[in-house]
Amino acid sequence: MAPTLTTDSEVGQTFVGTRTVRPDGADKVTGRARFGADFNLPGQLIGRVLRSPHPHARIISIDTSRAEALAGVKAVVTRDDFPDQSSEFVPAGEMMMNYKDVVRNVLAREKVLYEGHAVAAVAATSVAIAKRALKLIDVKYEVLPHVIDVVEAMRPDAPVLHDDLFTAGVEPKATTPSNIAKRIEIGHGDIEAGFAKADVIVEREFKTQPVHQGYIEPHAALASVSEDGSAEVWCTTQGHFIVRAHCARLLGMDIGQLRVTASEIGGGFGGKTVVYLEPLAVALSKKAKRPVKMVMSREEVFRASGPTSGATVRVKMGATKEGKIVAAFAELKYQAGAFQGSPVQPGVMCAYAPYDIENVKVIGYDVVSNRPKVAAYRAPGAPISEFAVESVVDEIAKKLEIDPVEFRLQNAAREGTKAAYGPKFGPIGLTDTLHAVEKTNHYTTPLDPWQGRGVASGFWFNIGGETCCSLTVNEDGTVSLMAGTPDIGGLRASLAMVAADEMGVPYEKVRPIIGDTGSVGFNFLTGGSRSTFSGTMAVVEAARQIKADLCRRAAKLWEVPVEQVQFENGSVKPIGEAAEKAKPMTVADMAKVAGKTGGPIGGYGRINAQGAGPSFGTHLVDLQVDPETGRVTILRYTVAQDAGKAVHPSYVEGQYQGGAAQGVGWALNEEYIYGPDGKMQNAGFLDYRMPVASDLPMIDAIVVEVPNPRHPYGVRGVGETPIVPPMAAIANAIENATGVRFTELPMSPPKVLKALKERGLNKPANGKGTNGGPAGH
Amino acid sequence: MAKHHVAATVNGDEVEFLCETEDTLLDVLRDTLHLTGSKEGCSSGDCGACSVTLDGRLVCSCLVLGCEVGGRRVETIEGMASGDTLHPLQQKFLEHAALQCGICTPGFLVASRALLERQTHPTETEVRYWLAGNLCRCTGYDKIIKAVMDAAVEMRRS
Repeated sequence: MAPTLTTDSEVGQTFVGTRTVRPDGADKVTGRARFGADFNLPGQLIGRVLRSPHPHARIISIDTSRAEALAGVKAVVTRDDFPDQSSEFVPAGEMMMNYKDVVRNVLAREKVLYEGHAVAAVAATSVAIAKRALKLIDVKYEVLPHVIDVVEAMRPDAPVLHDDLFTAGVEPKATTPSNIAKRIEIGHGDIEAGFAKADVIVEREFKTQPVHQGYIEPHAALASVSEDGSAEVWCTTQGHFIVRAHCARLLGMDIGQLRVTASEIGGGFGGKTVVYLEPLAVALSKKAKRPVKMVMSREEVFRASGPTSGATVRVKMGATKEGKIVAAFAELKYQAGAFQGSPVQPGVMCAYAPYDIENVKVIGYDVVSNRPKVAAYRAPGAPISEFAVESVVDEIAKKLEIDPVEFRLQNAAREGTKAAYGPKFGPIGLTDTLHAVEKTNHYTTPLDPWQGRGVASGFWFNIGGETCCSLTVNEDGTVSLMAGTPDIGGLRASLAMVAADEMGVPYEKVRPIIGDTGSVGFNFLTGGSRSTFSGTMAVVEAARQIKADLCRRAAKLWEVPVEQVQFENGSVKPIGEAAEKAKPMTVADMAKVAGKTGGPIGGYGRINAQGAGPSFGTHLVDLQVDPETGRVTILRYTVAQDAGKAVHPSYVEGQYQGGAAQGVGWALNEEYIYGPDGKMQNAGFLDYRMPVASDLPMIDAIVVEVPNPRHPYGVRGVGETPIVPPMAAIANAIENATGVRFTELPMSPPKVLKALKERGLNKPANGKGTNGGPAGH
Repeated sequence: MAKHHVAATVNGDEVEFLCETEDTLLDVLRDTLHLTGSKEGCSSGDCGACSVTLDGRLVCSCLVLGCEVGGRRVETIEGMASGDTLHPLQQKFLEHAALQCGICTPGFLVASRALLERQTHPTETEVRYWLAGNLCRCTGYDKIIKAVMDAAVEMRRS
């Protein structure tokens, strides 16, 4: 393991790295914390959405007159209430958005493109009236043929969703519209020459199904538009500044007219980075001149909010008999849902990121079909491509009779490795995570028949981005911290710990809050594993301003040159010649004399955080396959991942454990199931089976710390990477338990049983167990 | 149709409310009594975020009608701490970082308390199966199970 990072000597580090109680904890264990659906305003109306029953249809007409005539209905909005947007990618916050698509996803215009696509919304004085009003809206559809599967959607004879969608990134230019939005390609070297050098080549095709982020809190928004055109929105989101940008654009408002407050957020995992209800609530409130509250049902969450892509992936890799990977190719076809913009780009970039390979080529396709538009889901795109690659890596290791961890170590990316997606890595912790799992007794514990052990690694870039926070020293020396990225899992604790250490004040004296869009400068959303990384950098910046200011104030007070004042361990202190002239003063002492030394004390961190260090992880899983039912039971699970520096180790471990659990669901049970009618058949938690407590063992978390040199405390983002390795680790373990290589997710009981039956393996007596560990098994 | 008049005990307080026949206990708690600590995650009894106890029995309040609770005793997350003192489960959830986003936390706490009232020495397996009706998407359950086991130890001690 790498040495611990030494930080700025003036920092008395006492809280970073400890397991403090989160500042928002008491409110969250007593029911006091206010989540999206917990906000109410006097006189509020209830909004409801009319959704398409068809996967693909042209809207001939929408007649809302009968709904509007119903007593208690105060507003109805349709496509006519939203100005059309041109087809171009324009900046929204830090993202590039095509608002032609955004406005059409918020409310269908020419066509409905998936079952559940919003068509109209009503605001009424009660839920019952709103529901009745939806039934009175008369929509005439011309039903069109639909296409659900990604490979079918790519066929030349497939129903085309968008007449104006021409494949980008191909030569010669596409002349007819198709469902293929984009082709991308990355790589280096010469893969043909590489494959010629290989002693072993494995090529396989993989298929994954869309899976939902599965946050327990449904989308919710409350909007209140004033007569002067200004508006307030309270909603559950990963980025209230992004909600503001989208609503302003879609409704033709000035950004400054909108004030958005992020509620506590009941899970997001990427799914709350986009808008669904917010623009509708604003439009309805504008029309009704009353506050409008909207909350999705669980069924609406499944049918109309973003899952991540399902995909078809072909992987071909070659290695020498000594165990060096010499060539790697992959072709990824990702479903985008009804509008372009699948995470195929990061899927392509991440596919081979954990390895040092001379010859790499990865091709990706972004494909639309009649499904809900995908939204980001934890390391968007990476789990799909890395599932395929890590499965093939394992197969090659087995063919070469090399231990799977050793094989990965032989090929692992290290500091200086040129990543398949371009840049050279700085210090990274992949090999450290591999060594960490290798050293566990988990790795060498013997297994019984029908049990298997699997290993897989994973990578995510991590991002920084625009971040603002304010730090205020109050009159009594306590510190108020205002950040602008929603706290989705312990952010306030991390920010307060860094603020406490920087300012030399006790953790409990720092009170962090998440400010609304009017209270703090622009913040990009909570996502990309950026909020602790960037937020703590902004806190450090704000604290350094305060410390410099306190030194100036003390110098004035003591009538000494500022060079003779130093901030150390929470106090300003005279040094050098001044040392005899004054006594050190704490932050609290300085707060008392703030009025005499220049007024209120505060700092404002405004940064565009750069230098996010990537985070690598390796997962180790033991499982048991029941040959009579096909059920796979997870017996033991270990995650090792590089956190750079764990600001709050418990919440870092929590990210590892939570990501692994989501991965277990993705691997074994979760999927969107469609009938031939193009309708989702399992839009509820009973049939869309996410892991429950009795499905899982404890998940051991090993926090590896290879400091990120570009962060003052060495921090790397940790949230995304943990969902990348589980699917391959589990597939590799099942292969070790049964001898069957599964290439389709989920590896649910019917699929596993069918595969075992086809091979005559569904009788316990035929079972064989290997531990997948040492070579030769 | 006229609303039903219902009198019940909620967290030890006598309350009266009016509700429609189709209003669930969860609707009444959240919208009428303004006790928003119980959460609606699915309204089909699958996620457990709305867990409360009814005469001591653990139920999903989304599967109980408001007009069913007349004369009965409802306990919600808002009644779990006594004065300034958190319930040992609440304290252990904080110490173990057993919550990330916190939306499922009220349901887990109410359900865990119902378990520990019945079974003072639960095994890990018993805790996992008892809580299998509560979904958490953030934590992977690890720290929740540890917090409940630790709270059981703490409660046995006192």
